[in-house]
Amino acid sequence: MSAKAPLPRPGATLDITDAVCPLTFVKAKVALEDLEAGQVISIRLNDGEPAQNLPRSLKDEGHAVLGLTDNGDGTFALLVRKGPA
Amino acid sequence: MTTDYKALKDGGFMRQIQKDRFSLRLKVVGGHLSSGQLRAVSDAADRFGSGHVHLTSRQGLEIPFIALADIEAVKEYLAQHGVEAGVCGPRVRTVTACQGAGVCPSGCIDTMALARRISERYFGRVLPHKFKFGVTGCRNNCLKAEENDLGVKGGYAVRWLSGPCSLCGVCAKACREGAISVGEREVSLDARKCNHCGRCVKACPTEAWEGQSGFLVSFGGLFGNRIAQGRGLLGLLTDAEDVLRISDAALDFFDRHGRPGERFRTVVERVGWEGLAEAVGGRP
Ligand code: SF4
Ligand code: SF4
Ligand code: SF4
Repeated sequence: MSAKAPLPRPGATLDITDAVCPLTFVKAKVALEDLEAGQVISIRLNDGEPAQNLPRSLKDEGHAVLGLTDNGDGTFALLVRKGPA
Repeated sequence: MTTDYKALKDGGFMRQIQKDRFSLRLKVVGGHLSSGQLRAVSDAADRFGSGHVHLTSRQGLEIPFIALADIEAVKEYLAQHGVEAGVCGPRVRTVTACQGAGVCPSGCIDTMALARRISERYFGRVLPHKFKFGVTGCRNNCLKAEENDLGVKGGYAVRWLSGPCSLCGVCAKACREGAISVGEREVSLDARKCNHCGRCVKACPTEAWEGQSGFLVSFGGLFGNRIAQGRGLLGLLTDAEDVLRISDAALDFFDRHGRPGERFRTVVERVGWEGLAEAVGGRP
């Protein structure tokens, strides 16, 4: 990879900054279940455990993690494409 | 005939406060028993004990309340079902392990395979004092490697591959040591900060972190009368044969320098960490 490719625009959003583990994962999983395979969602999550661990949990669930960007306010935006069912 | 308590203890029978009753310690490797073995233990506890089993703090099993007269019979019964007696006294004790990479998603090494090899090679070997091995699959350290005389912890030697990387930023956050920075064109690793936890490998969505399994060995842990954390003298070893070679050297060091009744840690502190480091080919 020579340079950062532009990230796709999300078709859905979810805010889980009010949730704590393991609900962060549960909320993200439920939201992804409502999407069609290939759809992209942007998830707003807190720094710390959620930012450290949620990307991996969603990868293990078979989704494609596209990007994790710092919002600069103690939260992150995680961009995920729903994997094949 | 007088009872040879020492022989009984050597054979895994622990004397109880109740007269002529013994708690039989069983051999368990890495906390793993087949259901058939467990059924045999269960039956033996009914037939020869008091119908219960005790789980020890180091993944061991004991059948208490065995009568002196039944000692041979219970051993024979268990042996028929593939269950052996454990050991007590000044020797290599139960080798403990977490489930490791064979079962646990965080695992970096096959803990069970290594625990079996260690147990086959050393279990019951007589030394100046007891000696405990423990194998844990990753830095989460569920098996608490550093409380063992010789602890092994799984890790990854990691390498970034530019090809598959999408510069998504996930690994920089997954790394708890701040060893990774993701730039506009590439990812860089500060090797001095890396503790081989493998979180980058597990988290990367594009398999752009390559992880080679390895072993971090710690020496001289104690968690009894005295509490002391085992110390690492070597970097990440990527060959299981090296772990065995180093274990050979550590046990020989203990045998050569230890006085009867002296724990490994005490010997190392008396002789000097440099001495052990030299024996195992590391740095104090
Ligand atoms: S130490 Fe690591 S591999 Fe072992 S059980 Fe814990 S998390 Fe899993
Ligand atoms: S997680 Fe993987 S794909 Fe994402 S920046 Fe790190 S190495 Fe690249
Ligand atoms: S192995 Fe662990 S400490 Fe090393 S770079 Fe990866 S995440 Fe960071």
